[in-house]
Amino acid sequence: MTAYLAALDPAKLIGALPGNVAQGLIWGVMALGVYITFRILDFPDLTVDGTLAMGGAVAVMMIQKGMHPALVLIFATAAGMLGGLATGILHTVLGIPGILASILTQISLYSVNLRIMGKANQSIAIGQKGLVASIRFVSADDSYLFFLKLIVICLALVAVVYWMFGTEIGSAIRATGCNEQMARAQGINTNVIKVIALMISNGLVGLSGGIYAQYQGSADVNSGRGAIVIGLAAVIISEVIFGKLCAGRKIAFAYTLAAVFVGAILYYITYAFVLWLKMPSEYMKLFSAIVVAVFLAIPYLKEKYTVRLRRGNYGLYVRNPQSP
Amino acid sequence: MAYMLEIHNLHKTFNKGTINEKIALNGVNLQLNPGDFVTIIGGNGAGKSTTLNAIAGVWPIDLGSIIIDGTDITNLPEHKRAAYLGRVFQDPMTGTAATMSIEENLAIAARRGERRGARWGITKKERKDYKELLSELNLGLEERLTSKVGLLSGGQRQAITLLMAALKEPKLLLLDEHTAALDPKTAARVLEISDQIIGEHHLTAMMVTHNMKDAITHGNRLIMMHEGRIIYDVEGEAKKKLKVADLLKKFEEASGGEFANDRMMLAN
Repeated sequence: MTAYLAALDPAKLIGALPGNVAQGLIWGVMALGVYITFRILDFPDLTVDGTLAMGGAVAVMMIQKGMHPALVLIFATAAGMLGGLATGILHTVLGIPGILASILTQISLYSVNLRIMGKANQSIAIGQKGLVASIRFVSADDSYLFFLKLIVICLALVAVVYWMFGTEIGSAIRATGCNEQMARAQGINTNVIKVIALMISNGLVGLSGGIYAQYQGSADVNSGRGAIVIGLAAVIISEVIFGKLCAGRKIAFAYTLAAVFVGAILYYITYAFVLWLKMPSEYMKLFSAIVVAVFLAIPYLKEKYTVRLRRGNYGLYVRNPQSP
Repeated sequence: MAYMLEIHNLHKTFNKGTINEKIALNGVNLQLNPGDFVTIIGGNGAGKSTTLNAIAGVWPIDLGSIIIDGTDITNLPEHKRAAYLGRVFQDPMTGTAATMSIEENLAIAARRGERRGARWGITKKERKDYKELLSELNLGLEERLTSKVGLLSGGQRQAITLLMAALKEPKLLLLDEHTAALDPKTAARVLEISDQIIGEHHLTAMMVTHNMKDAITHGNRLIMMHEGRIIYDVEGEAKKKLKVADLLKKFEEASGGEFANDRMMLAN
């Protein structure tokens, strides 16, 4: 035990912190997309795993072809939107249940991504100039500039999403996610709205994939595996911690969106902490799943427990007053 | 005079060809004049709500046609028909979006039948207008514009749904047992608000109800349905003179001596 504790080096944990923050901010963009489908549209969209990898694949291949890394992100976003479009069409035009439609897209995107890259993994040249993000920036002397840039990008995205959901179409998306029957009765074409929301969401995911591939210096066909779980973890952590803080404020929705990024950062800090405790890295996906399961279960169990308390004994065993 | 609503030979069978086959509408014909307020009664499964859903376009009909103010809407999808219709449902949860505020719900209804774009979802002027509209309801809701609708009571939600339905002055207002889930006092108040809104906007309206007394006291016309058909249609003075006992007798005749269901008896 002493040997184990002695082997833990606090300096190492703190040293990893800036990297966790950068990673959290980048994956936060994806989590923002997950928030749109999971929380606003109420659609379990697993397309994410495919579109994240696709954003990365498109970004890396275009950088290799000589396009500027910032410009490339537009195409990564567009690629993600196409993925969302595919899921949307499978669901609305062909009537396939949402979760299955998104799995179909996700699995087919694996092949598409392989085709885009020609092999399972492609890297960006070491000396590539103009990258939007890179691990090298984290330890550079002017790393604060890099973080400033990332934060500005994230805040700009929050502002854009906040604006989008304040417009007429955004309101229609929220209404559709909340009550489809009401939305249709108010003249909203819920099918078109769902496709639009899926495209916005997966556009953000593709963008996140494009930035992350630059950060990593490579794209991998497997890089999106389990991404949805990380996105959900970020969303749920942000809700559990900041939900009450955000509610009732003037622009509560903007705070909620920004909180998703903090949730993503907290997720990566926890992740790093668990790794630092010498948990074998192959358990990390299991760890992610458990985090999500626990945080999803808390509100449910809390409700169940309090209801039972309120009902007392009368819940299941109501005595028939007529019986002797 | 042109009719506001014309329904010709409406047929609908659910679960066709299965053991659960159910003929829900079996040749419904109905014409409504502009400003008609018709109440619809009948036993369970008579086709009352089904008729309203057929007009709203919840599912396609098997046969027949539906014409609103001269426009054939038989083949329009539900969201396009919404431009002509205002709808209030039995379940207070159905008509509003619970996670959105009162003003946001109203703003969504104010854009019914219009193209939704990148303009802001609600304007300052709208907020002011809604406040005024809500104060007319006398429910204190004008102070709670930004409250989530999910926090309101069933009666308050139905009142808001009514307001939403009337906001764009629909050609036809469809009230589908919209007071059935409320306590008697609230139900009476919501009916009062319905009368008020229908009267103010001179709306043409159809109201399904299980309460025969309400069916007699509200509206200028009453129809009774049985097994997917309209079996009784009365309006004007003749309707005013109706008694619940008359309706029960009619119903017994139609169902071959079988008694009206419990809910109708209780309404006596």
